[in-house]
Amino acid sequence: MKRRDFLAAGALSAASLACRRKPEFPFQGELVGPDLALGHWLRGGAFPDPERFEPISVLVVGGGVAGLSAGWRLAGGGVDDFRVLELEVEPGGTSRSGRNHVGAFPWAAHYLPVPDRGNHAVLHLLDECGMLEGFDAKGEPVFAEEATVRAPEERIWAYGQWWEGLYLRAGASTEDERQYHAFFREVDHWAAFRDAKGRPAFSIPRSRCSDAPEATALDGLSFAAWLDQRGLTSPRLRWLLDYACRDDYGARLETTSAWAGLFYFAARKQGPGEDSRPLLTWPEGNGFLVNHLRRALGERLRCGVMATAIREEKDGILVTAWDHLNQRRVGWKAKHVIFAGPQHVARHVIEGFAAARPASTRIRNAPWMVANLTLRGRPKEPTFPLAWDNVLRDSEALGYVVATHQSLKDHGPTVLTWYRPFSGTDCDGERARLRALDWPACARLVMEDLRPAHPDLEGLVARLDVMRWGHAMVRPEPGLLWNPDVLALARPFGNIHFAHTELSGLALFEEAQDHGLRAAEEALAASGRRGQSWR
Amino acid sequence: MPEPPEQTPSTLKAPLLFISVLLIASCGLIYELVAGTLSSYLLGDSVMQFSTVIGVYLSAMGLGSYLSKFLQRGLARRFVDLELAVALVGGFSAPILFQAFAHTHAFRVVLYGVVAVVGTLVGLEIPILMRILKDQVRFKDLIAGVLTLDYMGALFASILFPLLFMPKLGLVRTSLLFGLLNAAVGLWSTRLLQSQLGPTRMIRLRCLAVMAILALGLAFAGKFTLALEEEVFADEIVYAKDSPYQRIVLTRGRGSFQLFLNGNLQFSSADEYRYHEALVHPAFAVKPDAKRVLICGGGDGLAVREVLKHPSVQEIVLVDLDPAMTDMARFQPMVRQLNGASLEDPRVKVVNADAMVWLQETSGPPFDLALVDFPDPNTYALGKLYTSRFYRLLQRRLTDDAMIAVQSTSPLMARQSFWCIAATMEAAGLKVKPYHLAVPSFGVWGFALASKRDFAIPTQVLPGLRHLSDEATAAMFAFPKDMDRVPTEVNRLDNQVLVHLYTREWRRWS
Ligand SMILES: Cc1cc2nc3c(=O)[nH]c(=O)nc-3n(C[C@H](O)[C@H](O)[C@H](O)COP(=O)(O)OP(=O)(O)OC[C@H]3O[C@@H](n4cnc5c(N)ncnc54)[C@H](O)[C@@H]3O)c2cc1C
Repeated sequence: MKRRDFLAAGALSAASLACRRKPEFPFQGELVGPDLALGHWLRGGAFPDPERFEPISVLVVGGGVAGLSAGWRLAGGGVDDFRVLELEVEPGGTSRSGRNHVGAFPWAAHYLPVPDRGNHAVLHLLDECGMLEGFDAKGEPVFAEEATVRAPEERIWAYGQWWEGLYLRAGASTEDERQYHAFFREVDHWAAFRDAKGRPAFSIPRSRCSDAPEATALDGLSFAAWLDQRGLTSPRLRWLLDYACRDDYGARLETTSAWAGLFYFAARKQGPGEDSRPLLTWPEGNGFLVNHLRRALGERLRCGVMATAIREEKDGILVTAWDHLNQRRVGWKAKHVIFAGPQHVARHVIEGFAAARPASTRIRNAPWMVANLTLRGRPKEPTFPLAWDNVLRDSEALGYVVATHQSLKDHGPTVLTWYRPFSGTDCDGERARLRALDWPACARLVMEDLRPAHPDLEGLVARLDVMRWGHAMVRPEPGLLWNPDVLALARPFGNIHFAHTELSGLALFEEAQDHGLRAAEEALAASGRRGQSWR
Repeated sequence: MPEPPEQTPSTLKAPLLFISVLLIASCGLIYELVAGTLSSYLLGDSVMQFSTVIGVYLSAMGLGSYLSKFLQRGLARRFVDLELAVALVGGFSAPILFQAFAHTHAFRVVLYGVVAVVGTLVGLEIPILMRILKDQVRFKDLIAGVLTLDYMGALFASILFPLLFMPKLGLVRTSLLFGLLNAAVGLWSTRLLQSQLGPTRMIRLRCLAVMAILALGLAFAGKFTLALEEEVFADEIVYAKDSPYQRIVLTRGRGSFQLFLNGNLQFSSADEYRYHEALVHPAFAVKPDAKRVLICGGGDGLAVREVLKHPSVQEIVLVDLDPAMTDMARFQPMVRQLNGASLEDPRVKVVNADAMVWLQETSGPPFDLALVDFPDPNTYALGKLYTSRFYRLLQRRLTDDAMIAVQSTSPLMARQSFWCIAATMEAAGLKVKPYHLAVPSFGVWGFALASKRDFAIPTQVLPGLRHLSDEATAAMFAFPKDMDRVPTEVNRLDNQVLVHLYTREWRRWS
C-alpha cells in the first residue's frame, strides 16, 4: 500500500468509526440459552439409529429438578446402573443458576417455602445439604438461619417510593382492609379443611391434597370468578392476588384456577390464622439444591446429551441421543426410562406417545424472560432499603431479587435477577413475541421497567444478560389440575415413566421432586426393589 | 515601551513598606495553609490535599508574577486594589470552601479555583511592590530586603498557624482575620504611597468598606461554620468525610472532640476511656493470657489502644468495613494522638471488610479473645451483625475458652434491645454475662461478656487503668431494677427483630 493510500484508508476507517452509532447502553450483555436451536431441531424429525445401544437398567431423560431427583432416588435405592441425560451443558433446567466474579445468582427458580414436617422428601434433601438443624419442642423442623430469607424480605415501589412488604397498606381504605381480612379468612377456612380421610385440601406437594369434591370443585372456575362471587373487588387485594398468579404461575387471575390460586396461599400456611411459612433461599436460588443433587449423581449425570428418539421394543427401550459436546450419536437400551422432560418434547421424542395421549396437548406453558444485571455498586436508596425481593407495583414485570442479599453483602457489587412473565392469554403468541426480542430490545425492556425506581441504575450496570424461557411454566388454567385425563399423564407408558412439574400443573420445586421420586420408585418397584417410599 | 518615571521617590517610606512585605507574605501563606488544612479535613488524605493545594498555589503565584509585567501605570493604586482583592478572596476563602462543601457537588472545582485566584493575586503583590521601590532603594538592597522579609513572613505564619490560630480561632476566623490584615495593609499603604496616589479619599473609603465586610464576617463566623450540618453538631467541625459507607465527622468543642458516624455519636475524647476500658479489660480479666485478638468494628483504634496494654497479646486482627475510618484513625492527628497511634503497632493487622462476610468467607487460626464493637443496630445492614448467625460464625473462629465482649447499646434507654442481644448470644450457644457502666456522653452503657464455656464474673482487672478498678469491675455486673432482664425474642437474620426494637426504643428519647 502506498503511503497516501494508507493515510486515506486510515482516515476512512476513522470516519466510519466516528459515524458508527453510539451504543444505546453503556454496558454489554448477551442472550443466553436454553438452547432454542437444539430443541427445535428435535421437531425436524428422522434421526438414524446409533451404531450400538448400550444396555442399562434405567435411563433418565432430562436433568431438571425432576430428573435429578429421580436419579437421586435411584442411587438411594441401590441402583447404580443408570444415567441422567440433560441436553443443556448445565443441569437444573428451570432451577439452574449462574456465577460470575460477584458471586452466584439464579437463572429462574429462587426459593422454597420451608417444608412442613410431613414433607419427608424435601426434609430429607435439606438434611443432606446441611440445612436442617433439627426439630423444635413441637416437632417442627428448624432450618439453618443462613438459608431463611434475611429480613427485609420484600418491598414494593408505589407512589414514587419504596414501602416495606408486598401488600400496600399506605392509602388503603377501610373497605380494602376489610376485604383483605375477608380473603385471608377464606384462606384460613381452607387451611383448616380436612376430608373424611383426614387429608388437607391444600398441601405441598399436591399428591398429599384431598380429592374431595368440595375442594376440587374450586378448579372449575377462575380465581377471578371466585373472587367476584365473594364480592372481593378491592383493587389492592386483586393486585396482590394477581401478582401471586403471575409470580408463581406466569398467569393472571383470569387464567388461573381458583384451586391453584388458593393453593398458593393455603398450602403455605403453618395452620389456620398463622403466618405463611418462611422461605428458604440461597444466593444461587434453588440452584443450590440442584448443585447438591448434581454432586450426588457425579458421573451418572451426562450433560450436553439430547434424547432424540425413544422407542419401546419387546426386550427393552431404545433411546437414541445426540451428544453435541462430542458431536456424535449415542444409544442406550434401557429396561426403564424415566422421561423427565416436558410433555411437548415427549410428543416429538417418544414413539406412539402423541397419538396415545392427546391430553398432553392440554398442558400449556407460559414464556418468561429473566435478566441478570451485574452491578458495580448499589443504587441510591433514600426510602425503604433494598430487600431480597423488590417489586414494582405498576409493572408487567415482577421486579427483582438481589443475589447478594443472602450472602450478607450489603455494599459494593451485586447481581439483580429481574423477572418478567409473558402472561397474556395466548401462550403461543406470547412465545413468538418473546422470541422476536433481540438483546437490545430485552435490555430496553429491563431498563425502562426499572428506571422509575432507580434513575441512577444505568451507570451502575456492568453487564445485563438475558434468558428467554420459551416453555417456562405450566399454567394452572381452570379445569386442568383435576382433569382425569391430565392426571393420567403421570401414569407409565409401557416401561416409560414420567416425571416433570408439569404433571402437577404447578411449577414448583416440590412438585418436580415428588414426580421424580414417584417415577424412580415405580422403576425400582418394577425391578423388584420395592423399599420404603421417600415421599 | 519605556516606563513613565515614578515621581519623587524621596517621599516614599521604604522601611515601612518593607514591613508590609512581611505582613502580606504571612497573609499569603496563611491562605495556602487554610486551603490545605480545610481540604484535608474535608476530603481526607492530607498528603494529597496539601501537595495539590501547594502546587496549584505556587504555580498561580508564578502566573501572577508573569502577569505583573502587563501592569503599567499607577502601580501604587494597583497595589492598594490588589491588597483589597486578596483581602476579600483570601479572607473569605474558608467560609466559601465550607459552603461549597456543604451545598455543591463541585467542592474540588471551587477549592482549586479559590486557591488559583488567591495565588495569582499574591503572585502579583511582590513584583509590583518591588517596582514601586526600585528607584528608591538600590537593587541589591531591594532584593535582599524584600526576599528576607517575604521568607520571614512565611516563617511567622507557618509557626503561628498550627500553634495559635488553628487551635484558638479555627479555620474560618483565621482566614477572615488575615483578610482583615491584608485590607489593613492596603489602608496603610495609602499613607505610605500617598505621594504616588493623588487624591486618596475614595481609595481609603474603599479600604474601610472592605475591612467592614471582613469584620462583619468575623463577627458572624460562627454562622458560617455551623451552616455545615448545623442541626446535628453543636461544635465546630474539624473533619468530615463521606465514605461509600457512612459520613464521618469530627467536631471539637468544650475541651474535647467527638466522632460522629451518620450523625450518631461514637465517642467523645472526654470519656471514651470509660467505654473502651469496659469493652476490653473485663474479657482480659477472664482470659489474661490471650494471644490472638479479633476486633470487629472499632476502626477508631481506641479499643486497640487498650488491648495493647496487655503484654500477652501477640496479634490483633481488626476488621472494620470502612477504610476511611481506619485511615482517619491512622492519619488524623487528633484521633491518632488519642489512640496512641495504635494501628501502627506491628502486632496489628487491619482488614477492611464487612466483618460478617469476612467471618463467613475466610478461615485462619482461632482467636483467644474477640471484641465486637459495632455501631448500634439502627439499620438492617447493622442489625445482621447482632444476629444469632453472627455469633455462630464468630464462635467458629474462636478457641474453646475464648472470651467475647460485645457492645450492646444502653440497658436503660433501650432495655429490650440490650437484653435481646444477650438472649440472641445465648441462643447461639454462648454463656453470657451482661454488664454496664456510665459513660457521660452516652448515658448508661451496656456490654455482654460471653464465652462458649461457663465462666466466673471477673474480680481483678489490669492495674493502672483510669476508670476500672477491681471493685468497679465486679460492680458492673449487677443490674438495678429498671435495667434488669426482660424477656425478648431472638434476633435472627430472617426476623431482624432487634432493628425494630431498637428504633422503637430510641425514638422515645429523641
Ligand atoms: C422464571 C421461573 C421462576 C421460577 N421460580 C421458582 C421458585 O422460585 N420456586 C420454585 O419452587 N419453582 C420455581 N419455578 C418452577 C421450576 O420450574 C421448578 O421448580 C422446577 O425447576 C421444574 O423442574 P422440572 O425438572 O420439572 O422441569 P425443567 O426444569 O423443565 O427440567 C426439564 C429438563 O429436561 C431437559 N430436557 C428436555 N428435553 C430433553 C431431551 N430431549 N433430552 C435431554 N434433556 C431434555 C431440559 O433441558 C431441562 O433441563 C420457576 C420457574 C421459572 C421458569
